[in-house]
Amino acid sequence: MAIEFTLNGERAAPTADPTALLVEVLRDELGLTGTHIGCDTSQCGACNVLMNGEPVKSCTLLLAQVDGADIVTIEGLAEGDTLHPMQLAFKEAHGLQCGFCTPGMVMAGIGIAKRHGGAVGEDTIAHELEGNLCRCTGYVNIVKAIKAGAAASAGEMA
Amino acid sequence: MTYYRPRTAAEAVELTTSGADPAYLAGGHTLIPAMKARLRDPDRLIDVSGLDELRGMQHADGRLWIGALTRHADVARGADVFPALQTMASMIGDPQVRNRGTLGGSLANNDPAADYPAAVLALDALVETDRAVHGAADFFQGMFFTALEDGELIRRVGFRIPRRAAYAKFRHPASRYALAGVFVAELEEGWRVAVTGAGGEGVFRWSEAEAALGAGQNARDVPPPDAAAMSSDIHAGADYRAHLCTVMLKQAVGDLS
Repeated sequence: MAIEFTLNGERAAPTADPTALLVEVLRDELGLTGTHIGCDTSQCGACNVLMNGEPVKSCTLLLAQVDGADIVTIEGLAEGDTLHPMQLAFKEAHGLQCGFCTPGMVMAGIGIAKRHGGAVGEDTIAHELEGNLCRCTGYVNIVKAIKAGAAASAGEMA
Repeated sequence: MTYYRPRTAAEAVELTTSGADPAYLAGGHTLIPAMKARLRDPDRLIDVSGLDELRGMQHADGRLWIGALTRHADVARGADVFPALQTMASMIGDPQVRNRGTLGGSLANNDPAADYPAAVLALDALVETDRAVHGAADFFQGMFFTALEDGELIRRVGFRIPRRAAYAKFRHPASRYALAGVFVAELEEGWRVAVTGAGGEGVFRWSEAEAALGAGQNARDVPPPDAAAMSSDIHAGADYRAHLCTVMLKQAVGDLS
């Protein structure tokens, strides 16, 4: 069965088995290593990507399940040298330490901004990050970054 | 492992009649982790996620009927007639999990710490499949076991609209599954209290709590359920789980709406 989907605005037709995990196809076949594998048990959120505009865990998705979908990875957020507002907010608020969880945090942040709008508060953000783990425990600045990123891009997130 | 994408529910059911270990795939948020852990190794994956006939919400005859493929995020947003169910759905997993996980998948799996089984039991729900309608009392048959036959496909679930209801759970901090979750509902004929996460045999009705609330007793005076019937693991012992049931009961009764 041939699987096709839109990946960062372009057509992708990987040849991996339809039952392969999306995160492994992204990383191993398509060379997009910005999406990370942390726990591989749907808990840490390092593998979050956007599927039809909503964050999902790509370690818990089969390739066949994204047939026809619109997938955006961390590599697809910036436009040329212009960072996505959520990426820029993470840079400016220093919303990262080692950086391993960051791609998934940015995707979760985009989801939070879409669901709650630009005026979302820190308590809501902290609660909605329940599916993302930062082993550096850098949550304070991650929450600040998502707050700033949501405010900067209210109503026009990816 | 062969992947199938049937066009109708009837075609999906037909696909389960051959193969050694066929499995339905909806959101995949139970099946895929189970496959990774080598707990499941289906030879046929039958993807029902494209079957629109298993989607949607309908308010009829005092029940809210929800299609089996409805995601937790959709119930959290869309079940306006039913705030307790909205709240419960908004507490499942995390936002990313709620964007994929489905009602039917949760019930078919009957994980002993899943949230929906408590709602089904407390709200006297009907589980409609391709071949039968199961009452809540008969549907759950011990952890990971249900009344579903091989190949039986859940179509929709009809939750009774209660006078008042609420759900409270104490989450495992990493997995977000319930160490104890208590769903309290006041129906016309009386109170129902269902507990998930804590019981040694999976979800159960806490009849002592139902009787106490029915007698007008304060929730804070209800003694814990028998610890011998609770589960015990590295996350929480049986006594602690029994105690958490009393705490969650008080919280749920305080949140009734």
